[in-house]
Amino acid sequence: MNKTSPVAVNTKSMTFRRSKTRISDKIIPILLGLCALLSVFTTIGIVYTLLQESVIFFKEVPVWSFLTGTTWSPILPPKEFGVLPLLGGTLLITGIAILFAVPIGLACAIYLNEYAPARVRGVVKPVLEVLAGVPTIVYGYFALETVTPFLQKIFPNMGIFNALSAGIVVGIMVLPMISSLSEDAMRAVPKSLRHGAYALGATRFEVALKIVLPAALSGVVSSFVLAFSRAIGETMIVTVAAGATPQLTLNPLESIQTMTSYIVQVSMGDVPRGTIEYGTIFAVGLTLFVITFLLNILAQWVARRFREEY
Amino acid sequence: MFRRRGRKPAGILVLVLMLSTLLAACGGGTSGGASGENKENGSAQQTEENTSTALTGTIEIDGSSTLHPLTEAVAEEFGAANPDVRIPIGTGGTGAGFKRFNNSEIAVSNASRPIKDSEAEEAKANGITYHEVLVAYDGLSVVVNPSNEFVDKLTVDELKKIYEPNSTVKTWADVREGWPAEEIKIYSPGTDHGTFDYFTEAINGEAQASRNDSQITFSADTNAVVQGVAGDKNSIGYFGFSFYEENQDKLKLVPIDNGTATVAPSMETIKDNSYAPLSRPLLLYVNDKELERPEVSAFMNFYLENAASLAGEVGFVPLQDDQYKAEKDKLAK
Amino acid sequence: MEQLNLGDSKGINRRRRSDQTLHIIFLACTSIGILALMALIVTIVTDGIFRLSPDLFTNYPSRIADKAGLKSPIVGTIYLLLLMAPLSFILGVGAAIFLEEYAGRSRWVRLIQLNISTLAGVPSIIYGILGLAIFVRGMNLGRSLLSGVLTMTLLVLPIIIVAAQEALRAVPKNRRDASYALGATKWQTVSSAVLPSAIPGIMTGVILALSRAIGETAPLIMIGALTYVAFLPENLLDSFTVMPIQIFNWISRPSEAFHELAASGIILLLIMLFIMNIIAVWIRNKYSKNI
Repeated sequence: MNKTSPVAVNTKSMTFRRSKTRISDKIIPILLGLCALLSVFTTIGIVYTLLQESVIFFKEVPVWSFLTGTTWSPILPPKEFGVLPLLGGTLLITGIAILFAVPIGLACAIYLNEYAPARVRGVVKPVLEVLAGVPTIVYGYFALETVTPFLQKIFPNMGIFNALSAGIVVGIMVLPMISSLSEDAMRAVPKSLRHGAYALGATRFEVALKIVLPAALSGVVSSFVLAFSRAIGETMIVTVAAGATPQLTLNPLESIQTMTSYIVQVSMGDVPRGTIEYGTIFAVGLTLFVITFLLNILAQWVARRFREEY
Repeated sequence: MFRRRGRKPAGILVLVLMLSTLLAACGGGTSGGASGENKENGSAQQTEENTSTALTGTIEIDGSSTLHPLTEAVAEEFGAANPDVRIPIGTGGTGAGFKRFNNSEIAVSNASRPIKDSEAEEAKANGITYHEVLVAYDGLSVVVNPSNEFVDKLTVDELKKIYEPNSTVKTWADVREGWPAEEIKIYSPGTDHGTFDYFTEAINGEAQASRNDSQITFSADTNAVVQGVAGDKNSIGYFGFSFYEENQDKLKLVPIDNGTATVAPSMETIKDNSYAPLSRPLLLYVNDKELERPEVSAFMNFYLENAASLAGEVGFVPLQDDQYKAEKDKLAK
Repeated sequence: MEQLNLGDSKGINRRRRSDQTLHIIFLACTSIGILALMALIVTIVTDGIFRLSPDLFTNYPSRIADKAGLKSPIVGTIYLLLLMAPLSFILGVGAAIFLEEYAGRSRWVRLIQLNISTLAGVPSIIYGILGLAIFVRGMNLGRSLLSGVLTMTLLVLPIIIVAAQEALRAVPKNRRDASYALGATKWQTVSSAVLPSAIPGIMTGVILALSRAIGETAPLIMIGALTYVAFLPENLLDSFTVMPIQIFNWISRPSEAFHELAASGIILLLIMLFIMNIIAVWIRNKYSKNI
């Protein structure tokens, strides 16, 4: 795995070293370059497969009606391929998650940065990191077994599969992302700015809100965007807890279906190639990919574009 | 600096070795128990063919999730007797199973309905010949939430009203006068399921004809139907009898009035065919080419010998003993 | 941004009070995250703890909850790990070395860099679709262990590359200079002067990435890790199943007993992750001092 020997330059004959050198210095960069290019091939592979199958699908279903149709019924007659219910379900879940995670995540970051004693921070940060490392199937279990029964006590009419429970748990899942990235951005704000404000008699809260947050805004906003993208791509929580009813609704107590859980549902069975169902996987996957891809680019652009020069 | 560096990779190497031995130990620990496992298979009968030589090979099975519990049970017992035969079983649904069967991807297809003409033609076109084997009977069970006080029975017409295409039923009051005006939450097994095909044909008069709006939830996984009905107060759903048997405490069974009598599914009513129109056969389809392999024919025979004892355990109605014998004779041809 | 309104004493007291209130609110918000984790762990432990027994390691999944175990999923997960680890390590570290040591700062390199960080944000189910289309169908590998390994390797590569790059970047420049001064070539410098001191950081990144991979469910559902696998995979083209898939399967069964089994499976999975994380932290701490 890692054959390394100290460079014993003076013990080797020059000629031998040179010949070895020539080969290693010619071939190795190429090999390493190939490794780096693999990531490019991965992207090309993703785009190619998604497009290739989607094109076949879009021959049957016009793109426009796919993007604007309000009924998603890919298998049962009357067959309708309007992606809006899936998109709406996805956004409903993501909306709930963001509503939950943004205020809490931001408060968490401010607390850790401005208020928390070092000892507390030493405990809280790792705990949040643990939250980030929990497999999402575990969150799915948590949503179905704990959060849903709890919410049913509050909303007796709520079904067992619903958007609210899944959305909240997706929120818990992206919480560490927001809090830790925002916290890093705030930490990068120079101490001198803070001290200056304190010297003028500002309270901690004022420093956090009027000095640190504006200065760290790009990192904070970019963490929101990344969390948004993560929530859109989340699969297992919604598959386990949100149900499988593709419908356009804003009622979080209803069961919905997201793009991701639709893809899982279809592939639970074995979908034969060349059928329209097989095509839907790729068309929906392409939609999902484009959205998250744009969001990721946006997050990076925000982080770069609005970086404050101190 | 350079001298000290030489030791570091070694340290890492040791660590990697430790890690991999740790993992291997986990793996070893888990595989260590394999041999001790087939001690407790006294219950399963052995067929004559497979006592002499140890069978090996893989038998790929996919298809109906309704029949899955029985096939899984048989595979489990068969695997205990023949540890070297591997039987991976998928639960894609009857339709998906036939698609794979017709691509020669699997040896045996679980089916909760007889093969359709279109599927049979496809098999023929691909040069696949097969045997159809009847293994048990099932009664499609219609269920509501246990807290539902008012549903005493449903007629076939009422069921049709609820499930038919373009259904206008929104609330329970639309089904029968006097029932509460609460919105019904309707659950159904997914469209790839034989259960769905069978139900829609029996109730709506045409396979795959079903309502399709935001009030009905199709689940690829029948368990999700169970969970949905158990979790929603105003729900209704249907699935194979075995799913009801396993979850009796969470569900309320609805007797069906077919115009001549009102019958609830049970071992007896499914057996004597009085539970109509929702009783159905459960079938295996086995590829003839695969059947020539000793492990596949051993498995099929084992299936027919043990289906009777295992069917009851998973909530199906077994055939009569002479029927099983007849099925075995069919296989031998 | 308004001017900080300072000076008048009433204002001071009011602002102090609001500062105190907000302190409490922020603290409460922070506690929510911790409470959520507590609730999660308590739920799972209370549900699953009494199902934990050696049988989980020795029994195959079964229709009878009391006899069901996790043998094939556990072994499947371990195989997946052991196969993924070297593959993703070599490819990931190779790419990182190229980007950090060999590539200049041309536009192409920046593009590759951007591409990698974007790939890290692609939803895992998309990798599942990729695996389904390319490995399962395109290369005809079927729903095999090999398809799983390749799909998961692609999934963790971006994470590993980024971690490895950071580790390489942390190596002080004077090591490289010293190596060149002794007449070493580029590759000798990279392999003997830079890599050894970056390896701990790289290992940490790799282990963390792998621990993410063993919890992934969606991509493996896509490439069809099966429902009932009561044997251990013997070669790369065998069917297999992994722990999260089996846990998912059990969650979606309605009977309580299987939910308890799912919880016990989750406990095992979390223990596994925990051990991997401990090892990663241990490596980081042990080697971070003497760079």
